[in-house]
Amino acid sequence: MTAYVVERLGQALLIAVIISLTTFLLIFVAKDPARALAPPDASAADIELLRRRLGLDRPLLVQYGIWAANAVRGDFGDSLYSRQPVERLLAPRIRASAELAGAALLITVVVGVPLGVAGALRRGGFVDLVASVVAVSGQAMPIFWFGLMLIVLFSVHLGWLPVSGRGRLEHIVLPAVTLGFSVLPLTMRLTRSAMLEVLPQDYVRTARAKGLGALRVVGKHAARNAARPVVLALGMQFGALLGGAVVTETVFAWPGIGELAVVAVSTADLPVVQAIVLFAAGVVILTNLVADVVVAVADPRIRY
Amino acid sequence: MLAGLRGFRSRSGRVGLVIFLAVLVTALAAPVLAPHDPYKQAVARRLKPPAWMEGSLEGNPLGTDQLGRDNLSRLIYGARISLLVGAATVVLAGALGTVLGVAAGYYGGRVDYVVSTFINAAWSFPFILLALIIVAVLGAGLQNLILALVATSWASFARIARGEAMAVKNREYVAAAEALGQRTWRTLARHVLPNVASSLLVIASIEFGRAILRESFLSFLGLGVPPSIPSWGGMLSEARPYIFTMWWMVFMPGVLIFLTTLGVNLLGDGLRDAFDPRVRGS
Repeated sequence: MTAYVVERLGQALLIAVIISLTTFLLIFVAKDPARALAPPDASAADIELLRRRLGLDRPLLVQYGIWAANAVRGDFGDSLYSRQPVERLLAPRIRASAELAGAALLITVVVGVPLGVAGALRRGGFVDLVASVVAVSGQAMPIFWFGLMLIVLFSVHLGWLPVSGRGRLEHIVLPAVTLGFSVLPLTMRLTRSAMLEVLPQDYVRTARAKGLGALRVVGKHAARNAARPVVLALGMQFGALLGGAVVTETVFAWPGIGELAVVAVSTADLPVVQAIVLFAAGVVILTNLVADVVVAVADPRIRY
Repeated sequence: MLAGLRGFRSRSGRVGLVIFLAVLVTALAAPVLAPHDPYKQAVARRLKPPAWMEGSLEGNPLGTDQLGRDNLSRLIYGARISLLVGAATVVLAGALGTVLGVAAGYYGGRVDYVVSTFINAAWSFPFILLALIIVAVLGAGLQNLILALVATSWASFARIARGEAMAVKNREYVAAAEALGQRTWRTLARHVLPNVASSLLVIASIEFGRAILRESFLSFLGLGVPPSIPSWGGMLSEARPYIFTMWWMVFMPGVLIFLTTLGVNLLGDGLRDAFDPRVRGS
């Protein structure tokens, strides 16, 4: 087990290097940060001076090495634009994104889990049909368009909710519903199939035979056992949630890392792009690793 | 594979097939179907509403855009971009992913370690960031857009191909082919690939739908197809400033993206049911 975790951690580190090196080279090769940063009327000599001052004239691999050595110590450098340390720039953004992701997850779970359970209890019934229609259409829905349509309906026509902004509760409703809807199909499908697997088990039949009410059978015996795979799979979906956050934050101008990523990429703000990419990839790698280890520990059939 | 298609009986699968064929015919017959030239600007006729609203123009049943171009014609031509991007992505990513995945699964060892590490790296790289970076670096445009989508999509094929190749590798018929002295690439092409094909077809339908959605978002950000070429994502992007007054301009392209993706996904579900003997008939 320990050997397995060590091997996976080693691979995670390798992946982090591949991802950061790819990002680094991509941005450098085609988008000269010094030129992107200099004012449009700067002379070639000015740009050269700027390049030297920022250390952008050294060999690429040396620059990458310096960046990586600092990054390991938690120093991601300064933004080329605002000159602020990247960590300080990122912290409030991550908070805003986490807020949005948390609200979205809450909505998905509150809506998706009951629908999935109900669908499993009455297979092929009305609720199951509605849930499967929602699931199928949710997977085909362009999230950004769904968000725009919510704006048209609730902000423009009904005037109930604001178009964008952050701070009060009403600001988060539309973005959270949009992002939540993007992971809703998966939540429902997983819950439904997990429940279908658990319901015919002996302990559920025993609970029923004891004369327990339907609600207690489902709530106490079935749902608890079905919860584990659902929670795990949702944890694995963190990457999808991050991708959805970029889309949602762009539509609602939500000041999270997704919105910052779009800006930083378009301005070749290398240190900021690097930090965001590494953060996002790190979260995905870690959640996958934790999920694998948890499954391995919980399931006696899997041994490494 | 033909036996699989004969089992194509699920109702939703057939609905998907009909939607997909309708979009395909629209794309192919766009010059015949479109009432106007989708590129022709007419500033005097700009921003007109659809036929059922007041102030509409005769001959522009779905209204006109901010440059006076006919919305219906642009929507019809937009089907071409969506299908082209989807098909190109699936073909290129499918080829790349299958070759790498089969090689990793069949050879194992170091080849497998290298390929798997790259598969995991691609899976950990949030697709939208990777696509954003590639398009921002290489510049917007159809080719770069497809390249970015291939970079975010090949790993799905590789992962499945690897697993299937590993499973088939130890079967008797593969061992027999090798014992008879068949060259490796022949074994792969004749015995391994056909066994992987049905799973890959299902993945292809999923990735096709994803490519359409991702293309529309990148075009919406202005990082996809150049705005002059009619594409649904680009139309959405151009319509965004009018969301407060002319919602239909945002509504229409999105519905078509949704329907096309829905059709492809349903078709994929139907294929999966037809190919997977465990689900067939249920």
